Amino acid sequence: MLDARGLSCPEPVIMIKKAMETKESKYEIMVDNRTSVENITRFGEHQGYKVSVSENGGDYTLTLTR
Amino acid sequence: MSEDVRLTRLAKCAGCGAKVGAGTLTKLLKDLPTQKDPRLMVGFDTSDDACVYRLDDHTAVVQTLDFFPPIVDDPHMFGQIAACNALSDIYAMGGEPKLALNIMTVTKDMSEETVREILRGGYEKAYEADTIICGGHTIHDESPKYGLSVTGFVDPAKVLMNSTARPGDVLILTKPLGIGILTTAAKAGLVGASVTERITKQMATLNKASRNNMIRYEVHSCTDVTGFSLMGHGYEMAAGSGTTLHFKASSVKYHPEAFEPAEMGFIPDGAYKNRDYVGDRYKTVKPVQRAMLDIMFDPQTSGGLLISVAEKDAGNLLSDLQYHTDAAIIGYVTEKLDHELYIE
Repeated sequence: MLDARGLSCPEPVIMIKKAMETKESKYEIMVDNRTSVENITRFGEHQGYKVSVSENGGDYTLTLTR
Repeated sequence: MSEDVRLTRLAKCAGCGAKVGAGTLTKLLKDLPTQKDPRLMVGFDTSDDACVYRLDDHTAVVQTLDFFPPIVDDPHMFGQIAACNALSDIYAMGGEPKLALNIMTVTKDMSEETVREILRGGYEKAYEADTIICGGHTIHDESPKYGLSVTGFVDPAKVLMNSTARPGDVLILTKPLGIGILTTAAKAGLVGASVTERITKQMATLNKASRNNMIRYEVHSCTDVTGFSLMGHGYEMAAGSGTTLHFKASSVKYHPEAFEPAEMGFIPDGAYKNRDYVGDRYKTVKPVQRAMLDIMFDPQTSGGLLISVAEKDAGNLLSDLQYHTDAAIIGYVTEKLDHELYIE
């Protein structure tokens, strides 16, 4: 699980982009703002992953799978 | 410039992306007491680019202020861009800037040379705009910021408001979009030097020539497309005018290198604020790619003019504008339909 809470755009996307260099089939990342949810969703989909989001007390967990 | 300073690293939000959202501002300013004065031709109520105050039958004062954190690393270019952006509000009203005051914050560790370079950029653009910088105010802060308060003049009969577009008008945009997305992607090292150079040059281009062109034609309304994006500023023009603005997505010019970063989620926070602000007051008549929509909501720094011109003059004005800019016809205006903005 990657933790990008406290980071603002574009750092969370840079974090997941770096992590994806290992080309695994599943990634999870936590963020704390809607902009990061939108941007990581776009990034995941662009890389061919399915993205699901769950919210918990203002934090969001995005699960990217393919 | 000093090699050790990466100005954009000192700024959390870049350029006009740092702007507080239009929706938030409207809420904040609602209910605050303001004096009434019949000479105030344009105030805050129509969310225009600058206020206009009539002095006599021939002269009105145009007043504006704009400043923001660094959008580029080169302090000299940052100064130029911030000044162009501030001066633009006067041009967008059809006016000519004349006097300006610096507004600046500096960090304790910025070198004197960096500060001087920012100011040099600002003074060069003010000079090009025939504007005198005659003072200012500088304080210490956690991040650098620079801009100008600008006073200009306009013939009261020729003020170009953002709320007077007419059905039948043609819409022209004078600078391509995508600046916010590209400057965000640049932070991830995804933008090449030639693209950075192109957008930096665009941001450091005054809207002076465009203003001088448009005042010779039957232009009904104008605004500059900055932090609130094409969609946000377009919405304000439509709502203020009681019309619907139609944007042809395939005609809206943008820097093509912004498209893939948009698809990859290198989109500034401000774009989402703009989308929230416009809310459900736009309608897509034809399918539009998500990245294209993101580009239309992308906050621009020192963006171009959105000009609503009588159809009979559109062709000639466009030719004149294209002599200096990458202007394009991007849509048209109709009577108000069920939404203020149509994307087709």
